[in-house]
Amino acid sequence: MSLLLERIRKSYREPGGRRLPVLGIDHFVMKQGEQVALIGASGGGKTTLLNIISGILTPDSGKVVVDGHNIAAMQEVVRDRFRASKIGIVFQTFNLLPAFSALENVLLGMSFSGRGVDRAFAKQLLERVGLGHRLNHSPQKLSVGEQQRVAVARSLANKPVLLLADEPTANVDPANQQLILDLIRETCRDHNVSLLMVTHSSEVAATFSRVDTLKDFNRPELCLQEQSA
Amino acid sequence: MNLFTIAWKSLKQRFLSSLLTALSIGLGVMLMVLVLVMFGAVDSAFTQRSIAYDLIVGPKGSDLQLVLSAVYRMQPPIENLPYLYLEQLKNDRRVISAVPLAFGDVTQEGSFPIIGTIPEYFENEYMPGHAFRIRGKRINGQLDTIIGYEVARQNGWDIGSTFTIVHGGAESGHVHDEKFVVVAVLAPTGTANDRTVFLNLEGFYALAGHSKPVKEVEQRLRDFYAADPERLATAMEQIEAFKKIEAEEAGAGHDHAHHHHTTPDAMKEVTAILIRTRPDTPFDAFSLAAELQKGYQAMAVNPVKPIQKLVTGLLGNIQKALVALTAIIILVSGVGIFVSIYNSMSDRRREIGIMRALGAGRMHVFGIILAESTLLCIGGGLLGWIIGHSLAVASAPWLIRQTGLLINPWAVNPWEATLFPVLVGLAALVGFLPAMTAYRTNVADALSS
Repeated sequence: MSLLLERIRKSYREPGGRRLPVLGIDHFVMKQGEQVALIGASGGGKTTLLNIISGILTPDSGKVVVDGHNIAAMQEVVRDRFRASKIGIVFQTFNLLPAFSALENVLLGMSFSGRGVDRAFAKQLLERVGLGHRLNHSPQKLSVGEQQRVAVARSLANKPVLLLADEPTANVDPANQQLILDLIRETCRDHNVSLLMVTHSSEVAATFSRVDTLKDFNRPELCLQEQSA
Repeated sequence: MNLFTIAWKSLKQRFLSSLLTALSIGLGVMLMVLVLVMFGAVDSAFTQRSIAYDLIVGPKGSDLQLVLSAVYRMQPPIENLPYLYLEQLKNDRRVISAVPLAFGDVTQEGSFPIIGTIPEYFENEYMPGHAFRIRGKRINGQLDTIIGYEVARQNGWDIGSTFTIVHGGAESGHVHDEKFVVVAVLAPTGTANDRTVFLNLEGFYALAGHSKPVKEVEQRLRDFYAADPERLATAMEQIEAFKKIEAEEAGAGHDHAHHHHTTPDAMKEVTAILIRTRPDTPFDAFSLAAELQKGYQAMAVNPVKPIQKLVTGLLGNIQKALVALTAIIILVSGVGIFVSIYNSMSDRRREIGIMRALGAGRMHVFGIILAESTLLCIGGGLLGWIIGHSLAVASAPWLIRQTGLLINPWAVNPWEATLFPVLVGLAALVGFLPAMTAYRTNVADALSS
């Protein structure tokens, strides 16, 4: 099992002190190597869910088990290290660091894992996404599609067990959309990485064998029920 | 990639702002280096063994004035000592060299002090480990002179040049008739010798106006040898003999002023005597100094101590004030670094969020910001240190010409060694708040901003 969410509750405290429930997920599972498209409306808690799965946020309660480890119970410093080594993230806005070249962006991801950097593997990944000739280019000198490809390579730098992709093709031109999508899915398949891709696009979702809709299994009101109970 | 590589990349990304911030620190460090180099030169000129003699003997009076006049030639001499006293010191077993200096005159051009001395002065080292380098020949004639490097440079004199001297200092206006000739020029020494004209002691005595009236000399000898009747008697014998010759010559109608007969030792005076004692028995200098203090109207001073007192008392405080001022400049530059990094933090919130999302811990991003402030402080400091010393190298020849101080532009003052640890401390101080901002960054918020 690659990912297990159990009895996840997450709410935010609003300025007036009232709590705003966001997530109430009783059970969610992904098998190792499985690829899932997650569809959800804006403001439906998709980003919060990804942040909780990646350990950027912790749930108010519940278990987040990635590769057999409950990251919700980990101390922050352990969780950071775990995220670096086990979870890859592809952002909608790529989030490459402008001060670093394509290769360095990939190496940077490696350097936080505590396992040292593997320059050869980083180059191999960039070659795999078709950027072997642009290793030393800064993000500003790359096209939008190329930037997202660097981001894909970076997300796989630490050989993660789970890749979280947050609408990775939303900001990419149509010509590159399919290319990026194929690239993410193929590389995940090649490396036996589970993929959870958040998307708005029904066309993108249609290419996945498993498509989940967040509102079908997320019941934020559970947070309130448990609080009042 | 370690923290410093990541920090360096970030700084390069904001190249101009980083460079200017580092330069502001560099400017402070450069000023501090220049102050320290200058004071280092003053320090070595005045407080270290700036003279290769153990004692300076002169008439009783201010020890500082004696050193300033005998070593630095900055003050008029106090009074004179009988020449016989020099002979007496030479015979002391503790003394290995006793060199007389007689002065009071200056060159008409440039007002450089004239010193009558003996060849031994040039045979001895002028500073420990530094022998005189002389271009030209030895002094033979009474009008032969050896001139210091600065005298030659400023007056445009060289071997063969002739000049006149003014008796008793520039104010007196009495110009000696004699035309002196330059027979040798000293290589630069970085000491007062560079600004001095040397002539033969015998020649000095032969100059018109340098012999004191007999009565005055008699009185001085009586005062000086009050506690030593035996030596006084010997001196008086010489005076009596001299008086007799004078009387005979006066009777024969000789012109006294222009007749250079041999002056008896008892009639001669010296302004100061430079003494070297045996190096293996340093106590000799103390015992000799103590003895001289008691017996005669003379004193022996350590050539370093009075100046050291002056320098540490006066210049030391000025140095401290200037160093404090440059330290404040560095501190203000540190505030500049703080403002620069702190202001950049809001722009870099997302960048920090991305790093955290990629797995960088809070301490990681904290360290990256501290590494940035360290690189700015140390890089700026190093830049300032190099610029400071380079400026010192570039301006050293000019400063040496202007001040006569021997400047070693690459000499590292002990204070400079503390500079870099202090800069690391400053970096930690100014980087702390921005680093804390990075540490506290809310990753989810930063990524959604």
